[in-house]
This record gives sequence, structure tokens and C-alpha cells, in this order.
Amino acid sequence: MKESLGTTGLILNEPMLWEKGKKGRCGFSYPQRDVESYHLDDELTGTGPDFPDLSEVDVVRHFTRLSQWNFGVDTGMYPLGSCTMKYNPKTNERQARLEGFSGAHPLLPTHLSQGVLKLMFQLEGFLSGITGMDAVTLQPAAGAHGELAGMLIIHAFHKSKGLHCSKIIVPDTAHGTNPASAALCGYRSVPVKSNEKGVLSAEAVAEIMDEDTAGIMITNPNTLGFFEENVKKIAEIVHSKGGLVYCDGANMNAVMGIVHMGEIGVDVLHLNLHKTFSTPHGGGGPGSGPVCVKKDLETFLPVPRVVKNNNRYLLSENFPDSIGKMHAFYGNVGVMIKAYSYILSMGPDNLKKASQLAVLNANYIRKKLQGIFHLAYDRPCMHECIFSDKLQKAQKITTLDIVKRLMDYGFHPPTIYFPLVVNGAIMIEPTETESKENLDLFIEACKAVANEAQDNPGLLRKAPTRCKVRRLDETTAARHPCLTG
Amino acid sequence: MRYLPHTNEDISSMLQVIGIDTLDGLFSSIPEDCRRAGDLNLPKPLSEWELNDHMSKLAGSTAVSPEYKVFMGAGSYEHFIPESISYLLSRSEFATSYTPYQPEMSQGTLQAIYEYQTLTARLLGMEVANASLYDGASALAEALLMAIRITRRKKIAVSSLIHPLYRRVVQTYLAPTCCQIVELPYLKNGRTDLITLDEIDDLAAVAVQSPNFFGCIENLQAIGKKTHDKDTLFITSFTEPLAYGLLKNPGSLGADIACGEGQSLSIPRSFGGPVLGMFASKMKYVRNMSGRLVGKTKDMDGKKGFVLTLATREQHIRREKATSNICTNSSLCALAAVMYMASVGGTGIRELARLNYDKSEYLKKEFKKAGFTISFDSTTFNEFVVKFPAGFETKYENLLDKKIVSGLPLATYYPELTNQYLFCVTETKTKEDMDALIRGVKS
Repeated sequence: MKESLGTTGLILNEPMLWEKGKKGRCGFSYPQRDVESYHLDDELTGTGPDFPDLSEVDVVRHFTRLSQWNFGVDTGMYPLGSCTMKYNPKTNERQARLEGFSGAHPLLPTHLSQGVLKLMFQLEGFLSGITGMDAVTLQPAAGAHGELAGMLIIHAFHKSKGLHCSKIIVPDTAHGTNPASAALCGYRSVPVKSNEKGVLSAEAVAEIMDEDTAGIMITNPNTLGFFEENVKKIAEIVHSKGGLVYCDGANMNAVMGIVHMGEIGVDVLHLNLHKTFSTPHGGGGPGSGPVCVKKDLETFLPVPRVVKNNNRYLLSENFPDSIGKMHAFYGNVGVMIKAYSYILSMGPDNLKKASQLAVLNANYIRKKLQGIFHLAYDRPCMHECIFSDKLQKAQKITTLDIVKRLMDYGFHPPTIYFPLVVNGAIMIEPTETESKENLDLFIEACKAVANEAQDNPGLLRKAPTRCKVRRLDETTAARHPCLTG
Repeated sequence: MRYLPHTNEDISSMLQVIGIDTLDGLFSSIPEDCRRAGDLNLPKPLSEWELNDHMSKLAGSTAVSPEYKVFMGAGSYEHFIPESISYLLSRSEFATSYTPYQPEMSQGTLQAIYEYQTLTARLLGMEVANASLYDGASALAEALLMAIRITRRKKIAVSSLIHPLYRRVVQTYLAPTCCQIVELPYLKNGRTDLITLDEIDDLAAVAVQSPNFFGCIENLQAIGKKTHDKDTLFITSFTEPLAYGLLKNPGSLGADIACGEGQSLSIPRSFGGPVLGMFASKMKYVRNMSGRLVGKTKDMDGKKGFVLTLATREQHIRREKATSNICTNSSLCALAAVMYMASVGGTGIRELARLNYDKSEYLKKEFKKAGFTISFDSTTFNEFVVKFPAGFETKYENLLDKKIVSGLPLATYYPELTNQYLFCVTETKTKEDMDALIRGVKS
């Protein structure tokens, strides 16, 4: 085997911020005081927060050392299933940092913010073009926020017809955010099982769909990495009972330029700009979760909406059926700029190519790792493939042990124990930005770990050994929470 | 395309392993009638250099400093951002990592967020803070939903001096529930009027903002006492956290939940987002809190480390029974905030907050000298309302031509406040800038 990526290097220990510094130090350049000091009532004055005083050097060293304990997409392959950890292009960062964007006050008169409004207007058009849906809101600040917006739209749609549905159908493979978002709208989730092929059957949906059901939340491609091939039939069934079809577009990266979401019966669809459109995940946010709808639901989209009038861009509140506002201003514009710049850099053909290569990479891994790990569904996949720890059970090695050992080989673990329908799931989404050489290294590492599971399982149980810390005690952390220092 | 590493040779050899002939063959599981017929209708790709030109042109049409002097806050503030912070944030180990579900590979994000939680709790005088939410508006909505969960009551009272756009987000969040929102009016002095509180029972929470939307500092202690006397939760909201560098913090004045917008802590305005929802509460309510939490623990060798914790509140474990549907935090913005709090430090934040207050008082005094009325006489921090004679809109437009944005017209949000404008002054405005504004307004 080739030399593995994982090694040890010099990283440094670093105390907590408040264990550093000295009273009277300062890491900030104070502006000149050019006005006198005015009286302020003692009643209102506090003692000020107990922050440490640090120099700029202290702060820079502190956070540089911390950063070195992290692993990012720029460090190496990050095959988290359903998270689409593709490369985050650097030019996008440059564009978002431009002073005319980053320094723009959100309440500027619109004639002084034409550029950013034009960008938002065009981005809505691009997303509408890519999905095939009719209208778009960019306001939701994250995927789950988009789901909530989508559910509120569905709720408002039924309400406008004088209906109050109490249920929503959610497949057993759905992200946890789906039922949680539906619950915020007062919907009770009715689970539906996927079939032996890992997709929903029209019959299973027909059995539970009724007039008291607001609709269905489908993830397509789903979290098992399969295209919901019965989606059109399912949509017909749902529509015939007055329901709507919500599509979680978390996995849109598999089907750009391939599937026309507007023609397969989807009424509401959310996208994740931080997945499909290459904006960085930032260690957990900020993301952006635009929602795309069909024409007849456009009236419910959040306000304000960017509209074009006589070649000028305006923010319009004039949509009386709107669900209202989801965000104090217009959503995560800084993230939208990066997605916009990605789409313009890629163009139509490369976006389609990206989906093709994402699916190619996933299927290559599926083939190469079949037999090394147990493949949950033995059929071609879309952008991700699901294995489990079934073959390692005899050695009492779990999914957790396997992926912790992968860290020692220099890879971020795949998504684990999700979706819930596969016991001990190992969900691998390589994305299109990993080259064949990287995939081969990953495959070699997986094989090495599988061999170790046979020959020296103790190595896996002790892993990781090359990270800043070893496995952490999460049980005590939850039982006796220590949340501030 | 430079982001796509596959050569034609790679593609053929990989297809061969998979056992198909063409890339199209990868999509055979998608029924024909679900396929897109034509190509994507998008502009042709731009080179990096063409993109730079295009984006610079778009960005160039926005009114931003230093060319423009923007005396407008209202939930989005111009503060100086140290280059050290922008530089540290662009470290890709922070920017390109995922949520720290695999703690051994994410100790950097985890320790930094734990430090953010700690300094946030200290700033607000609260016992515990979460890893952040989307923005100040959704933080308020989550706080109200949390109060409804804790008290199992269905009515909330919200001050009309909470940011009007935050109140609209609250309405959206609560629309599908059967909760009732009672709006508390405001007094002539620019503070919340509590008189209607006496008539309402069974409240889950009373929510006020301080400094409020008019910039006035509320008497949180008195509101807190009245709220607690009714056995109701006291929620305080804010749009300008820098104020607590100088003013008494919400925790010391009785807040059960303190939440708001952290954009001031070195996050660029970016036309309103991404920003930072700050959220803190008393420890006894932590299991009802929404959002992520980082906790301290030990590894197998007894070494200190950090993990995401109390996940049983969250959607990926509890699904529909979760405290919220949230699956993200404003992590990178929280990092900016903790870097900022550490950079200004305890001594510095007080000095900086004082400078904001003093500059704002200076401008207030100059407005008065010039013969204009300050609408509300309660003490303010770095924002205040000025009343102009009828017809000021024309002057406002003239000043825009001179590249001065002279406050925010309040009539959009409070129709009764015609000709009244909300001004904001931070450390970024010099005496000269303010004098020029006054000259412009007078002329």
C-alpha cells in the first residue's frame, strides 16, 4: 500500500482564552477620541464584562493554534453523506468580501443598493432555471430554515382554502429536520417505510394519504442515495387528496441538469447553497436555504421580494398572502454572493458535469468497497452509497470504531448511523471535487481498516491515536453539562 | 473546469470499474419522464478574471463607507473590524469544516465555540449561552417558543419597541400555533408602557428590547420585577450588544432569557446577513433551549476536550419532539464574535462602548443646538430619534446626493412618527463627519 495520508506533526497546546493575557493589554486599535465625555446615570452603568485583556499577537496565536486542531475540506477528503462537502472555491470568498457587498447596510434606499439587489434577482433566476421551479425566495438562512419556510407555505396554502390538515407524511429515511420543521407548523408526522429497493412505493403512500394530510416531505435523491423513481405517481396520489409535495433538495448535487424538479410533481423544494453551490460550511454555519415553488404557491413566499421594474430593482412588500418574514432582513446575502459566483464560474455544462462526476465517484467507491464493508443496497447509487458494519460484527467492531480509525489514515469520517433504516450505517458522499487518486487513497485506507478489524481489532477500538485528543467522554458531558468556563 | 479534477482517462477507467459505458448510464434509475429535456438555461461560464470584473461592477453600485457616511443603525451597525479577525476567519480549517460531530477532528471549532459561549454569557450576565442561532430575529422567536414550552401557556407580551422586523419574524413563526401576541405600547419618553400588563394574566413571557428600537435604555429591572410578580418569564432582546460593555447587563437585571443580534461584534453588515443570533438563559432552562451547545469533557487519557452536548434536545435525535428544527448555528460568525470580544478585551469594550455613547451624545447635542427636537428624552446608547420639520424628505434626498445617509425614516415602521428619523453614531464616525451632517441638515 502507498504511504497513508495520516501522520503526526507538531501541533501546540493552547489554554483557554481567559487563562491568557494580562489586565491592561489590548488587541484593538482605538479610534481617536475627538469628542468630550458626557454624563451617564450611575443607575444605568454596569461594571463591564469579565473579558480577558489580550494583545493582537495573543489572539492571533490562540486562534491559529486552535485552527490547527481542525480538519476542513482544504485539509483533505470529507466524505460526509448528505452533506456535500465539495471544494469551496476561493474566488467566491473574494467576491463576498468586496466592500460594496460586505459593507452594505440592509436598509439603504434601494437606488443605493442596485448591485446587490440585481445579484439576488439573478440568483433567484439561476436557481429557478437549475431546478425547473417557477419562483424562489432566498430568505431562509439554512436548510432547516428553508424547510420551515416551505412548511409554512404549505400551511398557508391549506389555510387559504379553509382547510386545517393535522398530518404530514415523512419517509423513514428523512433527515431529522423534516419532522421537526413540520412539528413547528402543528403537523403530526406519519411515517412511511421505504421498500426493499430503498425507495418509496406509490402503494405505501396511497395507503396513508387522506384529506387530513397536508402532503408529503420527500428527499430526492433520498438519503439512501437513490432517486425516488415513483415520485410522479406519488405526487399524483398526494395531489388527488388535496395535498402538496415538499422536496428536501439536500441532495440536489446529484441531479443538476439531469432532473427537472418542476415536472415531477414537486410543489415546494428547498436547496442548500452550502452543499450544492459550494459555499463553505463554516464549522456549522452560516448556510443558506432558498425555497423554490410552483407558480400557484408564489403568492405565499416570504417578503420582501426583489422585483424588477423598468430596469430598476426594488424590494416589494406588496404580497398580501405572504407567510411574512423569516429573517430580520433578506437572509444570508454573503452566502448568496458565493453561490452566485460559483454558478457563474461553472456555467450550465459544468454544473451538469459536476452532478455526473459526483455520481461517478460515489459508484466507483460503491464498487471498490463492496465486500470490504457490507453494502446496504446492492444496486447503482446516485451521489452517495451506504455501507454498514455488518461484516465486522464478528470481531465486535462497530461503525464508530471503523470511522475513528479512518481518522488516523487522514480522512474525515463519513456520516454514520444515518439514515436510521440501515443499522450501523456508513454513508459516503465523495462529491465531484475528489480526484480518482484521492478516492483510491480513501479506498486503500478503508481496506486497511477492514483488515485491521480482522487482525488487530484493538487498534480500531483505541482509535483515533493521531488527533489532538482521543475519543471523548460524551456521556459525562451530557450528564453533568459544563457549558461555560 | 478547475474545480473538476477528472481527466477523460480517469472517467473511462472509473466507468469500466462500475461496468457501464457512459456518464449518462449512471442515471439509468431515473425514469425518462423525470429527465430534463434541454440544457440548463444559464449564462456561459466566466473566467476568474471576468468574474472579478463583473462582481466589482455589481458591488461598485452600493452606497458604502468611506465614500458614504451612513448614520443608520436599526439592527445593522458599522463598527471597525480588525484585520487580524478577518485574517483568522479566513483560515480554511475553520471555514471549510463541517459541524463538529466528530470531535477528535474538530477541537479547534469546539474550543472556540465554548469560549464564545463563555464570553457571551459573561457579556449578558447569564448562566449559559448556546452556540448561536441564525440572527437576532429568529433568536427572539426561539426564545418565545421556549417560554411557551416551559410555562405551557399560550400568550406572550412583546414590546412595540422591539425591532419591528424582529416582531414580524415572530409573527411568522407563531402563525401556525394558536398563541396570542399582545403588543405593549410605548410611552412619550421612548420606553415601553407596562400599564396593559396589569390586565393580562396567563402570560408565558414578557419580551422587551434594550436599548430599544428608538435607542432608549429600558428600565429592565422594573419590567423584570413586574414580569416575575406575574410568575412570567422575562425575555430581553437586543440589537446592539456593545451597549453591555457600558450598561448593566440583562442578567443582573433579572432576565430569564437574553437574546439578540451579535452583528456588531465584528461581523460585516453584508446587506443584513449572515449575522449572529446570540442566545443565553438561566441554567435551569438549558434542557428547553434550542440550538447547539458545546460542553467540556475528557478524552480516554483524561485530557481536556470539547464535544457537542445535550443533543437529546435536537432534531437529529428527537426528530418531531425536538425543542426546535434548528440544525445549524452561525458558527463562523460566532467565531468572529469571540475573536472580537477577546481582541477588545474587558478594559477595551468598556472604553469602546463609552466612545459610542459619547459620540452619540455629541451629535444629539449638536442637533439640539441646531434647533431640532430629540423625540424621546430617555437615556440612549448610540442611537436616538430626531424630529424634523415637515418636508424633510427632500432634504434627506439632497443629503443622499452628498453621500450622507441621514438616519432611517421611522414612519415606515411607526406611521405616527412622521418626519422622525432614527440616527446611529458609532466609533467609525468622526466629529468632522457629524459636523458635516449637521451643516447639511441645517442648510
